[in-house]
Amino acid sequence: MTEAIANTYNYRVVRQFSIMTIVWGVIGMLVGVFIAAQLIWPELDFGIAWLSYGRLRPLHTNAVIFAFGGSALIGASYFVVQRTSNVRLFCDKLAAFTFWGYQAVIVLAVITLPLGITRGKEYAELEWPIALLLAVVWVAYAVVFFGTLAKRKIEHIYVANWFFGAFIVAVAMLHVVNAAALPVSLTKSYSAYAGVQDAMVQWWYGHNAVGFFLTAGFLGMMYYFIPKQINRPIYSYRLSIVHFWALVFTYMWAGPHHLHYTSLPDWAQSVGMVFSLILLAPSWGGMINGIMTLSGAWSTLRSDPILRFLIVSLSFYGMSTFEGPMMSIKTVNALSHYTDWNIAHVHSGALGWVGFITIGSMYYLLPRLFGRTEMYSKKLIEVHFWVATIGVVLYISSMWIAGVMQGLMWRAVNVDGTLTYTFIESVKATFPYYVIRLGGGILYLTGMIVMAYNVAKTIAAGKAEEAIIPALSPSTAHA
Amino acid sequence: MDILYLLVPLGILFVFALGWIFWWALNNRQFDELDEAAERILKDTDTTSAKPAAHKH
Repeated sequence: MTEAIANTYNYRVVRQFSIMTIVWGVIGMLVGVFIAAQLIWPELDFGIAWLSYGRLRPLHTNAVIFAFGGSALIGASYFVVQRTSNVRLFCDKLAAFTFWGYQAVIVLAVITLPLGITRGKEYAELEWPIALLLAVVWVAYAVVFFGTLAKRKIEHIYVANWFFGAFIVAVAMLHVVNAAALPVSLTKSYSAYAGVQDAMVQWWYGHNAVGFFLTAGFLGMMYYFIPKQINRPIYSYRLSIVHFWALVFTYMWAGPHHLHYTSLPDWAQSVGMVFSLILLAPSWGGMINGIMTLSGAWSTLRSDPILRFLIVSLSFYGMSTFEGPMMSIKTVNALSHYTDWNIAHVHSGALGWVGFITIGSMYYLLPRLFGRTEMYSKKLIEVHFWVATIGVVLYISSMWIAGVMQGLMWRAVNVDGTLTYTFIESVKATFPYYVIRLGGGILYLTGMIVMAYNVAKTIAAGKAEEAIIPALSPSTAHA
Repeated sequence: MDILYLLVPLGILFVFALGWIFWWALNNRQFDELDEAAERILKDTDTTSAKPAAHKH
């Protein structure tokens, strides 16, 4: 029995995380659609505090970022690290603990956030006992991942693992520092920092979570699943290494751009802006590297909807990593800050980049985890692609228009120096764009439900795969 | 901005740790034979044990 296990890969934990990726994707996006509808029809909270926008919005962000995105990242990293190291995952029991522990954190989030139990920090809402559990799970994840790398049979560590590794280490550090708090009861704590200091820590955490969770981690997926799906090596492996080191060395200081024109010292805001602008270079280097992998094989995009998800995700990555640095410029930020332009920017990254790269990777992964050569229906992947793409385009273009309009209305001044518009006039003007946004969100959710059906059918027709670890030829073995 | 007394040392520590890892990678042949590294993942067949006959030896 143990011998049989020793020469197979641990696909079980990858399967568990992959299935939960789809489940949490549907739930998280459903909550998103619901709160988008609340912005149009506020009475949709039915007077119940648990359903109020302020409580459901963090539930939406936690469910899509940490439950959907996080499960995808952990599952994909477990798959990639095993296959590229030619070795079974380190410590099956600890790997199982990371799955159940991580899901427990998410379930606790689903319970506590609607109850209004929150630390009030964006993307770090979970109260201290849950934050503590998450820290323990994360350390276990690091042990499993780096333990697997340590016993690898292939000397070279594939570039995807570098991105996953940076994501794991950086998120551990960010979470521990930002979650430092003084508990006063089981459900209430006060941050260890105060005032603008707290704001600085929060956005040092917040932006680096974007950088290391939503960028580095998913780039790890990109560098493995795009070459695998095209069956060609990455355009330039050297560039991928430059991309990695440039990104990790420069990311840490972009956070202050979230605090432009606040009580944060002006020089700190400028430092944040300069570092944000520098980030354009490694980001676009990586995007070009991924897209150019298709160079000479562009026609495969016509016939392969999975590849289309993966490549279109990179064009959204390119768009949002251009838009981000532009929005960090203080004069641009004076217009964009606090408007729905931010919502457009975030969702071009979240729906377009993170969502599409995850969906594409899961379409690659799931049949292989269940002993099938392809998904149940390619036609449904095709449907998913177009529905989701139209959804993203409607979503971000409506929010761009709404955001710029709001910014212009808020700053408009009459000749006598008074404001031209009241705030509520800008809210009324935004109404049609909220309706278009809801439409886009519904389309994206529909695509995800189509995917869930396709996945369920694929799983029903397959059986859990026990993948044998291939024997190495002497030349590739660890020196 | 007392918080910088925490965040700046943390940032410096992070960069030094990265520098050390980069140095390790440099001295442990991580940047040698990169073309082979890029090709290797493609040679790894992961399309299910259902059809092992695909191996040509």
